[in-house]
Amino acid sequence: MITVTELRKSYRQGGRTIDALDGVSLEVPRGTIHGVIGHSGAGKSTLVRCLTLLDRPTSGSVSIDGRDLTSVKDSEVRSARRRIGMVFQHANLLDSRTAAGNVALPLELVRLPKSEKDAKVARLLGLVGLAEFADAYPSQLSGGQRQRVGIARALAADPTVLLCDEPTSALDPATTNEILDLIRELADTLGLTVLIITHEMNVVKRICDSVSLLEKGRVVEQGPLREVAGSLNGRLVQALLPLPPHNSSGTGPVLDLLTAGGSGSGPVLSELARRFSLDVTLLAGSVETLAGEQFSRMRVGLAPASEDTAPAEPLELNEVVSHLRARGVTVEVAA
Amino acid sequence: MNFLEEIANNPGLTEALPKEFGATLQMISISGFFTVLIGLPLGVFLIASAPGGLRPMPVTQRILSDVVVNITRSVPFAILMVSLIPLARLITGTSIGPVAASVSLSIGSIPFFARIVETSLRDVAAGKIDAALVMGSTRMQVIRKVLLPEALPGLIAGFTSTLVALVGYSAMAGIIGGGGLGRLAYNYGLQRFDTTVMVVIIVIIVAIVQLIQLAGDRAMARVDHRNAATAGAGRRRRRVPAVEVSA
Repeated sequence: MITVTELRKSYRQGGRTIDALDGVSLEVPRGTIHGVIGHSGAGKSTLVRCLTLLDRPTSGSVSIDGRDLTSVKDSEVRSARRRIGMVFQHANLLDSRTAAGNVALPLELVRLPKSEKDAKVARLLGLVGLAEFADAYPSQLSGGQRQRVGIARALAADPTVLLCDEPTSALDPATTNEILDLIRELADTLGLTVLIITHEMNVVKRICDSVSLLEKGRVVEQGPLREVAGSLNGRLVQALLPLPPHNSSGTGPVLDLLTAGGSGSGPVLSELARRFSLDVTLLAGSVETLAGEQFSRMRVGLAPASEDTAPAEPLELNEVVSHLRARGVTVEVAA
Repeated sequence: MNFLEEIANNPGLTEALPKEFGATLQMISISGFFTVLIGLPLGVFLIASAPGGLRPMPVTQRILSDVVVNITRSVPFAILMVSLIPLARLITGTSIGPVAASVSLSIGSIPFFARIVETSLRDVAAGKIDAALVMGSTRMQVIRKVLLPEALPGLIAGFTSTLVALVGYSAMAGIIGGGGLGRLAYNYGLQRFDTTVMVVIIVIIVAIVQLIQLAGDRAMARVDHRNAATAGAGRRRRRVPAVEVSA
């Protein structure tokens, strides 16, 4: 488990004080994956450096599995760091060592006997699907393979926590998904607590259980993926469930609908049409599976159904809204 | 045939040359050895103690870098050599001969090599050092397992250049009293106008330099596993492209 409480980091730059982190708090329960997303300059890199104690935070605390890292003495920093496995954007492998040599490095640091070390390296390379590349040098591997070696190396010291700093930002989309799926699989099988720093929403959508949106050193939105995706007024919903550009200037009112998982499932739109004798026009929408649940966000235009036999009844918008809410749909009147 | 006969009968070549050739090799070997022995740790120290390094020691670093290394390097070698004769006598007990000359040769080339070491180590990507630190490496482990192995191709290339420079310095040292091929060329070639000896010595010196360069290039190729496409990736702090989150 990772707990970050009120983390602050200030730099002094030419007489001015710059708060790179301005009171960041987050909690990642054991075995889950948390994404920290933000623009460049939002403080993501500073957060990583504080979590690994490459930089000391100005105030606040970071604890891993209940052990406070910020209060350890300098002499104990090294052993504290071994509980954290870290994956970097460019893998940061040593060019002078083979894949196996790179994975062996953390084991050499703790002077593991050679036979144990070799067996563990082989097992780790197998875990990331690179068993037959043990003797290849990084320059002979593709970007995705290098990142797999980086992940194997991060796991070598049996950490409970995996920190990933932009792990897929230098990879193509197909390789990105392979690496993300590998991280998810490892988190599930090894019970790892994972924190992923990224600027790519795709990373969050694909593997994160919860997410924090970082902006100017502050967390502006945070929560389990299903909560932030299920809130129509949040900052992240447009990124998670984007509505394509559309023209909503028609007659009649426009509603934003959001259904998540089990709630609001079923034939909501056709039921609405039948029950209130409405013409329902789908103006824009997106359907995504997030954290294993299906989310759909729709913008619909409503108009009384005009039939030849009966005159159109006036539209009771309040009734429509309360009916939808009763069905478990999140509703906002957009226009 | 005439030229070959002349070579075979020239006492400067048959008697003096083998001895002076040995003296030159002796000077290059001794000073090459001490250059690495002292220059390598000095270069590592210059990097590690620099601001933002593994163990910043700004004052000591400045003194070593600016005062010692730069001053030594800015004095012309011939002058440095003469001025170091008392020191050579103190260390070796004599002021002439290849062993005495090796003292000033070493002192002349240590700062040169230390700068090369410093530059090569500086080129190791900061991310690799971060990675090693996050794994729980000590500073010594970072130097031994990351900095030096990663910079090895550059270090070998730098040592090759240093040895080649030492060949040139050793010829100069010969004239001042060190012996070796430099003195032979000076005595026979300049003072006796013996062109044959001059030409042969030039050929030998060129051959020595070529051999050193060849061996250096071979050794470097053997340890260099970087390749042009990937070398330098991740060297600088990354720039993250714009994020797609928006309200």
